[in-house]
Amino acid sequence: MRISFLLAAQATFRLVRLLPGLLCLALLAQPAQADRERLTIGVGQYSASLNPLLEASVAQSYILGMTARQLTNYDADWNLVCMLCERLPTFENGLAKRQTLSDGSEGVAVTYELKRDLMWDDGTPLTARDVKLAWEIGQDRRVGAIVGESYRRILEVTIEDPHTVTFLIDHVPFNYNASGIRPMPDHLEGEIYREDPAAYATRTLFDAAPATPGLAYGPYRIIRAQAGSEILLGRNPHWQGKEPAFDEVRVITVTNTAALEANLLSGAIDMISGEFGIQVPQAIAFERRHGEDYQVLYRPSLAYEHIDLNLDRPFLGDVRVRRALLHAIDRQAIVDRLFNDRQPVALSNVSPLSPNATDDLPRYDYDPETAKALLEEAGWTASGNGRQNADGERLVLTLGTTAGDRTRELVQQVLQSQWRAVGVEVRIQNAPARVFFGQQVRERRYGDMALFAWFAAPGSVPRTTLRSSEIPSEANGWAGQNYTGYANPEMDWLIDAWEVALDPEERKVIAGDLQRLYMTDLPVLPLYWRSTAFVLPLWLTNVKPTGNLSPTTAWIEDWEVTD
Amino acid sequence: MLRYIVQRLLEGLFVLWLVSLISYLLLGLMPGDPVDLMISSDPDLTTEDAERLRAAYGLDQPLIDRYFGWLGQALQGDFGYSRHFAQPAVAVLGDAVWVTLAIAVPSLILALALAVPLGLWAAERPGRWLDQTINLSALISLSLPTFWLAIMLIYLFAVLLRWLPAGGMGEGFGGRLEHLILPVGVLTLSVAGVFLRFMRAAATETIGQDYVRTARAKGADRVTIMARHVLPNAALPLITLTGLQLGALFSGALIVEILFRQLGMGRVLYDAVLGNDYNLALVGLMLTTAATLLGNLLADLCHAWLDPRVTLR
Repeated sequence: MRISFLLAAQATFRLVRLLPGLLCLALLAQPAQADRERLTIGVGQYSASLNPLLEASVAQSYILGMTARQLTNYDADWNLVCMLCERLPTFENGLAKRQTLSDGSEGVAVTYELKRDLMWDDGTPLTARDVKLAWEIGQDRRVGAIVGESYRRILEVTIEDPHTVTFLIDHVPFNYNASGIRPMPDHLEGEIYREDPAAYATRTLFDAAPATPGLAYGPYRIIRAQAGSEILLGRNPHWQGKEPAFDEVRVITVTNTAALEANLLSGAIDMISGEFGIQVPQAIAFERRHGEDYQVLYRPSLAYEHIDLNLDRPFLGDVRVRRALLHAIDRQAIVDRLFNDRQPVALSNVSPLSPNATDDLPRYDYDPETAKALLEEAGWTASGNGRQNADGERLVLTLGTTAGDRTRELVQQVLQSQWRAVGVEVRIQNAPARVFFGQQVRERRYGDMALFAWFAAPGSVPRTTLRSSEIPSEANGWAGQNYTGYANPEMDWLIDAWEVALDPEERKVIAGDLQRLYMTDLPVLPLYWRSTAFVLPLWLTNVKPTGNLSPTTAWIEDWEVTD
Repeated sequence: MLRYIVQRLLEGLFVLWLVSLISYLLLGLMPGDPVDLMISSDPDLTTEDAERLRAAYGLDQPLIDRYFGWLGQALQGDFGYSRHFAQPAVAVLGDAVWVTLAIAVPSLILALALAVPLGLWAAERPGRWLDQTINLSALISLSLPTFWLAIMLIYLFAVLLRWLPAGGMGEGFGGRLEHLILPVGVLTLSVAGVFLRFMRAAATETIGQDYVRTARAKGADRVTIMARHVLPNAALPLITLTGLQLGALFSGALIVEILFRQLGMGRVLYDAVLGNDYNLALVGLMLTTAATLLGNLLADLCHAWLDPRVTLR
């Protein structure tokens, strides 16, 4: 019996030894690459809705970057640029004007001159009426649009002429001329909305029949959409701008990273989108193996990985403990070893690439001795492997994040071991994203610490995350995103001042004060700024990762095919 | 027999109702309803706004009232709208069922086609090299994680050899067939090992029975003995297992569907549960339950047909 088993095993081993040879032969016989008239992009998510008013996801904005762009966008240099307008409205050029509102407060009237050659893909001209419809639907509470709040800040939309539209905004924010509005085709969606606003979300053509001609005005239009799986885009015959290089763009969803990589290597997809494809650690590993055959581009983004501290918890109310926690973390080592230094350490809540960033901040370099001293000072004395206070309570904290996020789970383990070295015991309590964000974080029931990321537009004011009025509670229906429970009148004042400071220099000063206060009070432990990683074929050039919320596809007509 | 089938179908309806009730309550108790998501992304929504939206979505009613409201509509054929796919839930699942069946049924048939003859063959020659090889293969098939096997086959056939597509649904009959080869192959290999072990064990035991020895003594040839005496008896446990497997495969080979970009029941259900898509998740869970019940009923009927000792009451 043993001999026969050995014979079987031997035969198996022979077969295995032959495999590499067979594989080499197969490799030599690989077919030549690529149909360059069609670009196939692999992405990690699918957008539930293609209606820009009903969802605001990265997956959606990636597609809409090719079909239906915003009035303005932040480009790769983080400058605000016109996408649909002729020039940016400013006070200087007279297209923005201060206006006294009916309640005596001050607002601003911002006029956008639409580009004259904008056309829907069925040949209908795109006019100010389409812009107004987007506002009408977006601010209508019966629709329940996801963008409702920002649209409701526009009090009135006036059509000056078919190509000129004026928004009356209820205050004068520094970014008064930035508008995320995407026109809606009045000739198609208008009737659906006006017939029954409450049913609009279930009847919109963007979801019911996304390939209907007349829904796109970008260089591409949707030809076929297979919900949850893929979207095929073809040229918009009525696009008057620069012609894009590809006849068709196929965006396919592969939710598993290994499968995404395999699809790329097999030629099933040409590139992996950086916006929501693979994370930096996977991109680094991929680059090591296949860096000669692909371009891997990294771009620091505005995704701020941090730990929210629940300031209502007894141990974390003491700022010395919070500072000790940050001193005990070797953040540079984390970004060096886990991310090959591709993601910068966060020194505050403002990106180092932002014009509002400052270096003049309290620093928390890795210093376990200082951390220990701060804990001693706060009354946490060393006891066995941990620490305890005068009442005999042990310093044990919980740390939660989204279960299944490999990068965060890895960071969590490093943090746990670094904190253990200074006597702080940390228990990991992860939950699926739905539970973590849907309940634990939203209702401030995450225990002591929650590790996640914030995304923001360049220069945006951290009102929802730091202002005391934004602390979610049962009384306010859990509205607001100040999940730490941080309340400081000085911070509230700085936020309000930042929001209305129109002079960039003044804004920088206020933002600097805000960052200093943030790093002094430390309601949050800053970790690092996430980067986006794009894997592109060698023949594709001029793809410019923005690092902000604007997708690269908003400039797809600039992408070039080279030999 | 007919009475038995009717009785089982009625029992099945009761189980389906029970599953719908439990699933609805469990899904309703999970955190993060659609209005919660709106509030978290729109910090200026007031408490009044949230209440109005909850009323608009019917989320202001007690859970049990909402359930009976849903049940009433479901009995009239309206199973609600999928939030995630922006289509009626039944339409989404209708497409997903066919995708799953296109993978599951051929996998099941191929796994049986592999397991039955190999199991009989191995049982006929216990302890010899062929038996050992078959056993080893079954063990490997059982031990390999589906995830790993799928990735390896993608790398081998799609990346290195470039014989087959790495994933997707394909266009046209030929394209669809081409895109099914790898997922069906992975699922076949992962199921065949279990079947093979069951078949071999049952056949080994049956071969040792007196009636097989008698048939052999009477001069019956090898094929007749295996086909008429061994197979019908040895197949009984395999039939039960196949019935159970049918339900499991119907609920979707989630990993296979994710890795090969097949929008089948498993992936749809997974996305629905994670994405707060109540209607879709609920109807999907009920369909899965129905498939499991049906698989079991078919297995029992086959059992009775093959084994005269079994009577259906």
